[in-house]
Amino acid sequence: MTDLTDLTIAEALSAMKSKKISAEELTKAYIKKTEEGRKYNAYVLETPEVALQAAKVADENYAKGTERALEGIPMGIKDLFCTKGIRTTACSHIIDNFVPQYESTVTQNLLNAGVGFLGKLNMDEFAMGGSNETSYFGPVINPWSKDVDLVPGGSSGGSAAAVAAKMCAAATGTDTGGSIRQPAAFCGITGIKPTYGRCSRYGIMAFASSLDQAGPMAKDVKDCALLLNVMAGHDEKDSTSSRKDVPDFTKVLGQDVKGLKIGIPQEYRPQGLNKEIEQAWDKAIAMLKERGAEIVDISLPHTKYALPVYYIIAPAEASSNLARYDGVRFGERVDGAHLDDLYINTRTQGFGKEVKRRIMVGTYVLSAGYYDAYYVKAQKVRRLIQNDFKNAFEKCDVILTPTSPTEAFPIGDKTMVENPINMYLNDVFTVSVNLAGLPALSLPIGLSAKGLPLGMQLIGKAFDEETVFKTAYALEQDAAFKRI
Amino acid sequence: MADFIIETPKGKWELVCGLEIHCQIVSKSKIFSGASTEFGDDANVNVSFIDAGMPGMLPVLNKECVRQAVKTGLGLNAVINKYSVFSRKNYFYADSPQGYQITQFEYPIVGEGKITVDLSDGTSKDIRIERMHIEQDAAKSIHDINPKKSYVDFNRCGVGLMEIVTKPDFRSPEEVGAFLKKLRSIVRYLGTCDGNMDEGSMRCDASISVRPLGSNELRERAEVKNVNSVKFAMQAVEYEAKRQVELYENGETLKQQTCRFNPATGETKFLRFKEFSDDYRYFPEPDLPPLVLDDAFIEEIRNNLVELPDAKKARFVKELGLTPYDASVLCENKETADFFEEAAKGRDAKKVANWIMGDFFAMLNAKKLPLEKSPISAEKLGRLVDLISKNVINGKTAKDVFAIMAETSQEPEAIVEEKGWKQVTDTSAIEAIVDEVLQSNPDNVAAYKGGKNNLLGWFVGQVMKQSKGTANPAIVNQLLKQKLG
Repeated sequence: MTDLTDLTIAEALSAMKSKKISAEELTKAYIKKTEEGRKYNAYVLETPEVALQAAKVADENYAKGTERALEGIPMGIKDLFCTKGIRTTACSHIIDNFVPQYESTVTQNLLNAGVGFLGKLNMDEFAMGGSNETSYFGPVINPWSKDVDLVPGGSSGGSAAAVAAKMCAAATGTDTGGSIRQPAAFCGITGIKPTYGRCSRYGIMAFASSLDQAGPMAKDVKDCALLLNVMAGHDEKDSTSSRKDVPDFTKVLGQDVKGLKIGIPQEYRPQGLNKEIEQAWDKAIAMLKERGAEIVDISLPHTKYALPVYYIIAPAEASSNLARYDGVRFGERVDGAHLDDLYINTRTQGFGKEVKRRIMVGTYVLSAGYYDAYYVKAQKVRRLIQNDFKNAFEKCDVILTPTSPTEAFPIGDKTMVENPINMYLNDVFTVSVNLAGLPALSLPIGLSAKGLPLGMQLIGKAFDEETVFKTAYALEQDAAFKRI
Repeated sequence: MADFIIETPKGKWELVCGLEIHCQIVSKSKIFSGASTEFGDDANVNVSFIDAGMPGMLPVLNKECVRQAVKTGLGLNAVINKYSVFSRKNYFYADSPQGYQITQFEYPIVGEGKITVDLSDGTSKDIRIERMHIEQDAAKSIHDINPKKSYVDFNRCGVGLMEIVTKPDFRSPEEVGAFLKKLRSIVRYLGTCDGNMDEGSMRCDASISVRPLGSNELRERAEVKNVNSVKFAMQAVEYEAKRQVELYENGETLKQQTCRFNPATGETKFLRFKEFSDDYRYFPEPDLPPLVLDDAFIEEIRNNLVELPDAKKARFVKELGLTPYDASVLCENKETADFFEEAAKGRDAKKVANWIMGDFFAMLNAKKLPLEKSPISAEKLGRLVDLISKNVINGKTAKDVFAIMAETSQEPEAIVEEKGWKQVTDTSAIEAIVDEVLQSNPDNVAAYKGGKNNLLGWFVGQVMKQSKGTANPAIVNQLLKQKLG
């Protein structure tokens, strides 16, 4: 029999429905892969018993014909999503013993649809990082690595690696500045950050509230559409979640892209752009052109400000969001003579270097005397970046760019360890989308000369994930990317 | 008129004071969570995951708290801002589980307004309101259980607060007291805050400075925190103002500072200088969209607003003929005003007011009972007044009936019946007693006739005694005068 973990979600659902395979068989196949793949360090907690229990229920439902949308699909969950009764740590020492008594809305939606949880996935600490190297549980190894261990990207590095290595049928991710898309690109999988407000943030440990958004990471475009159908929706518990109806995203897959206007932003083709990335981009443009899409040159003039603006707003919100990790009510506590000492000791020992760096930056930019010069200014520029997209979308329906300026790089890369700015530059093509709150998907388009995946990003209008999915599906057909 | 001038041999000084009042919003659940706001429950039973600042939790605005804030704003004669924004005030303390308080900073829900206060000299004064915003209350730290540890009760954490900020319009402690009473009266009428300062549901901070009388300058101020009664607020303002005058006259200066009021000594005590105050790093709360109110929502609240104390007082004076003083006493709280209105319905309002403000209040005071636990209902008190008006009993007997009602809650008519206290207005019956008294006291009759006119009272007393208090005193007087010639 073929390897069941090769099946996409769509294929597995159909196989279970027609009783060719059972949910238990599928789940056991993934559990086996999870055990074999421990060297990648993708999981920080394995919960095979939880997944098997869900599989048992799934098989009963298939037997009764009462199966739900994702019945029996075994998934991995990024460790930023609170899962009731299952340890959730944000991969930080400061809460590495935390067991939530509540379930995030997104994971609850998945549970309600019949998904089983294989475990919690590694990530950068509190989602702060672009290589999964800031995790308290150590780095994740990209399954595409050959002689040198490469990063899977970040912050959803465990999610991307687990999907690529077939250690789960799909995974949840979160994306604040590119944390779904960049690891998806590095690991040769597909992931979408939906429009801000599509998925509830309730129960997801907050990094930067105005930018954070959950999304699916999966083997292909269709699986992402199937997952987003379930994950999205209004939630009374998140006042920023949208009341807009969630369409069936799978309906548009396979629709013609002829006449669709594809925007190509000139600012994303700076001098010195990696040649292989540029070639991959041109290849994707050619594919869409071949299908009759119209290629339109557009300008996003404030793109160059996106990174500095992002690295003011995100740390500012983070510095406040992470204040609750104080050792008083949950998580690690390192006592001190006075309350202030307790805070200082707990947070000094509990947080990693990158998290502390961002808390300090965020505290600084919100401080009296600096607030107007940094935070207020950044919010104004954020508005200009949003306007750039608004103007661009008057000329085009969807925007095509590379996901990341590089392919996956080695773990412990000196240039990045020594200068975090070099790490931040990885987000150059992705952060604008978060600042504007737009949907964007990354899919693999081909391999670099070193045999590493390269990702393309499709950016849509707010709440127009359908055009993104439609275009991505067309590109996927033409790229015919071979998964591991 | 603001006759509070601090006069010393060296000069005359004037008080400049503004208040910040925190009022806990009356609502079933907290402002950003579904947990109960019940006061007095066991520690840490009314705490949701949101209140405890658990990871991934998000605030959801309680619409009832918004409604209460708008109501209060209208009661303060203030502008309702249709667009307001929540902000985070960041600080670390054990009573702040999120590490920040969700409040409103640049864009509060209520703008400028005013409250008119009545002063003892018969004048009134407008105190201007600067703004009012809504926010979440902090948890309660408890330091006196263990010498080495502090405990935190999160029941209060997240209860909705309205913070009302006045302009620096107060020139005397009396004005401060009158304002606090008036504000308490307004929020209680509206049902938006229970106004119990001793339970902490209404808390007052006073910013106090002084200046030479006649000058317009604004000097450095001291902020006295968390004063928990009207009396203490007045004492604190007076003490602090005098302390500052002394300081200036000794050639010293005041540095902006925070103080605490000690009710035991009546003194303010230095806590810290403001220059070391925290930087709260306010920024707009990204978890909550701006609060946008539509006209229909505001108008619906405006149209259903209860009659406020000022309007009620004016009506009592105009329609019921009460004096302004009586009317303002009866209107200070809504329950008293309602009690009065029920008791006075269809009766002589002035008489009813006298009974309530006299014997009735005295009885409640003596028994230490709140109005709602009164043994005498408004309706029964009204019927007691009826018995007097209809000459069934006289005023003196009424006091005895009232005393029994206060003990037994009986109907006044039943008491009169049972005791046989019905006033005798039958002249022949009274005449018989009068005759008997005159016959058995020939000496005094002679003395009266000889010019000792003040014996009339003694004769009245004797007749009343024989009639067991039931004889109508007017008839007794009349008959005695006739017969004694």
